[in-house]
Amino acid sequence: MIEIRIHGRGGQGNVVAAYLTAMAAFEEGRYGQAFPNFGAERRGAPVMAFVRINNNPIKQRNQVLAPAFLIIQDQALLHVPGVTDGLLPGGKILVNSNLSSAVLSSQEGKDIISIPAGTLAKQILGRPVPNTALLSAFFTLTGILSQESLAKVLKQRFKDAVLEKNLQLIEQAAQQVPAGLWKVSEQQEESHVTSP
Amino acid sequence: MLQALEGSQAVAQAVALCRPQVIAAYPITPQTHIVENISKLVADGKLPCEFISVESEFSAASVVLGAAVAGSRSYTATASQGLLLMTEVLFNIAGMRVPIVMTCANRAVSSPLSIWNDQQDSMSVRDAGWIQLYCADNQEAVDTTIQAYRIAERTELPVMVCMDGFNLTHTLEGIDIPTQKQVDKYLPPYQFSRTLDPRNPLTLGTCVSPDFYTEARHSQHQALLKSQAEIIAADQEWQAISGRKAGGLLTVEGPEQARVAILAIGSVIGTLQTALETIPPPQPVKLIKLRAFRPFPIDALKEACQNLDDVIVLERAISPGIGGIVGIEVLAALSELPNPPRVHNFAAGLGGRDIRLEILPRLLSVLSDPGDRRFRIIDVDLEKLPVEDR
Repeated sequence: MIEIRIHGRGGQGNVVAAYLTAMAAFEEGRYGQAFPNFGAERRGAPVMAFVRINNNPIKQRNQVLAPAFLIIQDQALLHVPGVTDGLLPGGKILVNSNLSSAVLSSQEGKDIISIPAGTLAKQILGRPVPNTALLSAFFTLTGILSQESLAKVLKQRFKDAVLEKNLQLIEQAAQQVPAGLWKVSEQQEESHVTSP
Repeated sequence: MLQALEGSQAVAQAVALCRPQVIAAYPITPQTHIVENISKLVADGKLPCEFISVESEFSAASVVLGAAVAGSRSYTATASQGLLLMTEVLFNIAGMRVPIVMTCANRAVSSPLSIWNDQQDSMSVRDAGWIQLYCADNQEAVDTTIQAYRIAERTELPVMVCMDGFNLTHTLEGIDIPTQKQVDKYLPPYQFSRTLDPRNPLTLGTCVSPDFYTEARHSQHQALLKSQAEIIAADQEWQAISGRKAGGLLTVEGPEQARVAILAIGSVIGTLQTALETIPPPQPVKLIKLRAFRPFPIDALKEACQNLDDVIVLERAISPGIGGIVGIEVLAALSELPNPPRVHNFAAGLGGRDIRLEILPRLLSVLSDPGDRRFRIIDVDLEKLPVEDR
């Protein structure tokens, strides 16, 4: 089982990112579960969403407390208490930031890859919504799910110009990160402990 | 067809498959995406149905009551304060024996204000006379919604389909949405024996003197008790068509020889199932999933618990001043057994508090500490309270 926690701010498409990931898992014949950490929704407030991907049915419904991966949609959230809590030993963090991965990793003392997802999204979509670019980078880095599946679920969720631009965005975002750098072996996938 | 869907969206599709004719709902918080998705189906012309947006849940319940007695299959959904605002009409619907289906997306009740999940809302209207079925996952919510119409229309009793707010309604997972053909085969067109018709005048909900009120209440109580057979039959018949069961009155899983069982209700079941797999308990433990809370399945429960030493009841609501709600009913039901098991009663997950896997060992630890058997909210953090409130 792979557990992922997505942190962002209200309005950045956190729940959508979680849903798209679980939908992509479903497209690949695996089991996916996604749910938000429910709050009184308002723009700008720190929010989170959870994703589980597994080869067997997922029964548990508790929050993801010990993720293997964090996807952080706003770099400033790295310093919000609790955001990096519970990250498994060897866990990885993908951040939307204009700072380089090297700078962020050394600043934070953690294994961080950054991409300027907001900037890219602003250029292509006209709005700085980083979620789909981050997912594309995440899928590329880990190989957990394919770009084709991401494109497929985007087609289920969006249409017309928004879809076309998002497809363009994920293609560009995928080129920003080294493919397979965070590759998860099947053995690792099976062995991941789940949230207590 | 198996699809990756949010729980609310899946239930909306299930409702649409039942060919409702009138839907009334209050469209603002504490409403869910269920009626939002249904209203979209209606607006897009995909569901030929009268959708009435009303100004309160009291009106929503009143509109579906009127629509159902006028001969229309009806639906509404609500939660939390919305359900409480409906309370007066809920009793009327049940007393008039009108077959309405409603989803309660279980949420906490104010005050303090909380938008998050627990089951205080539906538990608080348990005496309204509705059948209450609790769903453990979104597949069960879909299947139970469809079954609810069959049960309601056969028994002329309203059915409340209770699914945990957020934990189910906002969770996306793989859900099998049945075909229209399957549902049509299962669910005949709406029929109500006392449909209002000016050519054949009759009245419902009339004033009843002490000469007959008692008999009316007796008959309502008997109808609820007898509905157990319909709940079981509806599940079996749906299984014959869909290949799936939604849990009858209750289901028992786990090792046959277990002397200990945990009884729970709603979406926490899945978390307990994972906990039993990943934190194997020192002794064999059964899991009892209670689906029907009204009618309360006394006989089924006695059968499930007859060889047990301990039953640990975990619930997501409280009755302040006594403790548990489900636990007390379990205790009462099992007291009829010749050797009744000890009943331990806990609440957890109130107002959206996450129930973690580690709750399992905490629940089981009560077995080695038989001293204090009083009800407890097991995940309370007393440190947060002034000493005098602990």
